[in-house]
Amino acid sequence: MYLFAPYIVALPLAGFLLNGLFGKKFASEKISGAIGAGVIGIAFALAAAIFAEMLASPPESRSHVVSLFSWIAAGSLTVDWAYQIDQLSILMTLIVTGVGFLIHLYSIGYMHGDPAFWRFFAYLNLFIVMMLNLVMANNFVLMFLGWEGVGLCSYLLIGFWHDRKFDTGGYAPGTATTADAAKKAFIVNRIGDFGFLIAIFMIFQQFSSVRFDEVFLKASAVTVQGDKTMFWITLLLFLGATGKSAQIPLYIWLPDAMAGPTPVSALIHAATMVTAGVYMVARCALLYALSPATMSIVAIIGTATAFFAATMGLVQNDIKKVLAYSTVSQLGYMFMGLGVGAFTAGIFHVMTHAFFKALLFLGAGSVIHAMHDEQDITAMGGLKTTMPTTYKTFFVAALAISGIPPLAGFFSKDEILFRTFAEGSILLWLVGWVTAGMTAFYMFRLVILTFEGTPRWGHDKHPHESPVLMTLPLVILGVLSVIGGFTGVPQALGGSNALERWLEPVFAKATEHLTRIHETSVTMEYFLMILSVVAGVAGIFVARGVFSKPERIGRVPASAWYRLLWRKYYVDEVYDAAVVTPVVRGSEKLLWRGFDVNVIDGIVNGTAKLIDLGSQQIRKLQAGVVQVYAVTFVLGILIILGILILK
Amino acid sequence: MDQIPLSYYLILSAALFSIGVAGVLTRRNAIIVFMCIELMLNSVNLTLIAFSSFFGNPAGQVLVFFVMAVAAAEAAVGLAIIIAIFRNKQTVDIQDINILKW
Repeated sequence: MYLFAPYIVALPLAGFLLNGLFGKKFASEKISGAIGAGVIGIAFALAAAIFAEMLASPPESRSHVVSLFSWIAAGSLTVDWAYQIDQLSILMTLIVTGVGFLIHLYSIGYMHGDPAFWRFFAYLNLFIVMMLNLVMANNFVLMFLGWEGVGLCSYLLIGFWHDRKFDTGGYAPGTATTADAAKKAFIVNRIGDFGFLIAIFMIFQQFSSVRFDEVFLKASAVTVQGDKTMFWITLLLFLGATGKSAQIPLYIWLPDAMAGPTPVSALIHAATMVTAGVYMVARCALLYALSPATMSIVAIIGTATAFFAATMGLVQNDIKKVLAYSTVSQLGYMFMGLGVGAFTAGIFHVMTHAFFKALLFLGAGSVIHAMHDEQDITAMGGLKTTMPTTYKTFFVAALAISGIPPLAGFFSKDEILFRTFAEGSILLWLVGWVTAGMTAFYMFRLVILTFEGTPRWGHDKHPHESPVLMTLPLVILGVLSVIGGFTGVPQALGGSNALERWLEPVFAKATEHLTRIHETSVTMEYFLMILSVVAGVAGIFVARGVFSKPERIGRVPASAWYRLLWRKYYVDEVYDAAVVTPVVRGSEKLLWRGFDVNVIDGIVNGTAKLIDLGSQQIRKLQAGVVQVYAVTFVLGILIILGILILK
Repeated sequence: MDQIPLSYYLILSAALFSIGVAGVLTRRNAIIVFMCIELMLNSVNLTLIAFSSFFGNPAGQVLVFFVMAVAAAEAAVGLAIIIAIFRNKQTVDIQDINILKW
């Protein structure tokens, strides 16, 4: 079955080509949708078959490399187009194709009637191709191809409705279109990609290979822990991760990425692409284990991002913006887990987050669809009765993300928090714990404002439950959000922690290098669990208490703190003043009007002018008078004769 | 009777050629310029025949026939051009025929 692995990538590629080249000719939503969703469905089935075979084989023979062809061969650099099938990549492949398939199905309903329906599915399929390249690559270069490819697709899909107006939330109001949001995402990502690229160069220079297995082998053989080069390599890799996975300081693009169609937000900006950074750090776990300093940075950045994003999520009124900040915050948790050496917990949270966050976004999409593109939750309310399926699934997902047992989010988030505590990072744990409470608060603020209370929308709106193509994925993801956590039930709760044992071979080498500081008791684990549940429940009840009073909804408190959160800590403004404006001004004044107009154009036009001036003089020789020419001939001949004679 | 020395022929030829060059460069009437060109050609012919006779090599005289044939053709074409120009501009003054320029 392993040999079929390339088809997992080839099928979506075929879907992309079919829809991209002939989608307009099909002129049929049924054909485009069937191709787009069908290829992902088959790819998921293939991945599931491979997964089943891996389950049946012993742990040491579960890792395979399928090499297709030699891609780049230049001097000592050889890069194969090769796919690595192991416990980690198959897990990611299942998430990407599985959640991807559900979102493709949903999109058939959501995008119904869009004039560029076929283009949407072509982009979505291309995204899946690139994401699979990213997670299945067996070397850094192919991973980078996927990394860039998903960035491109993200750009294309955020700006899918490129002429629509887009609200940046108080910053540069009224002028922005979704194309601007797309550009922002692309350019901010580019900064991270720069770090990733430099890291690849350094890795090749250091280990003269870009293949994961060779690099990791040489790294653990020749590098001592705390090596300076390793610090820079891992730090630059992490810079790439902060871009793609929206961490401080490069998280600013993700909230604006909500300008894209909602299925895109669900697939790319919640479930899969933004977890690429987490996957990459987990894949390079060994390198990070060799550089404890970077591990600390990862943990601190992750925790800080989780906290700050959650505070910003508290006050947002756009249903998708709340979810966007929630995504940034949850990604922070994942990096927090990775940073303290709990690689499995990080990946576990990637998986459960993919389920419930995709569900939340799809639910939000369902609401937006029903409310005729209304996204402001202060103008919703009371949708519980009109949209029962959406409400129920959304509620389940909100419980899951709030960490209420036994739903998926509880196990993964608790695992991260527990491991953080166990590694001795009490402060990080505390921040993470507070964030868990805030998560529950803003999620239930969202649920209450959207679905409960009395309707606050106008008479022109007629909300209705979405078609079955849209509610079916909601229900499936709802079930996954409930049961997804049982793959990683910790031993303390009588579970077997199947996921940890499954991923153990991948992270074995890395964990060898990590020294466990604290051994904690089971009692401690119970205590921490109870504390996180208390935080979640408290968040829910505070939200209920605050927003059950209708007069509180949509009212803007006058406090400075609220303003600070509402304006998102003025980070966009600071970046604009510190980076964007200088670059734009510098480009305009210095590079464009200074260098380009004066120097470049000066050289080109100057050459032309010089030739023109010379020609003005030389052309006077051609007077048209034959005798002048004849005199010139004679003089020439005389000179030549003179030279010959005198010589 | 003594032979006329070669240098006499060459001096005469050079004189004729110089007269021709002077005429080409100074005269304004196209017909006269034309005649001066013929004069230059014939002065060259004279040189060729003089050398041919002096060195006993007939190749020079053969070359003269070619020059005369080409000169005849040139005369025909040249006169035709002059006639065409005259019909156009009512003049054969080559100072006035100067439209072939920038």
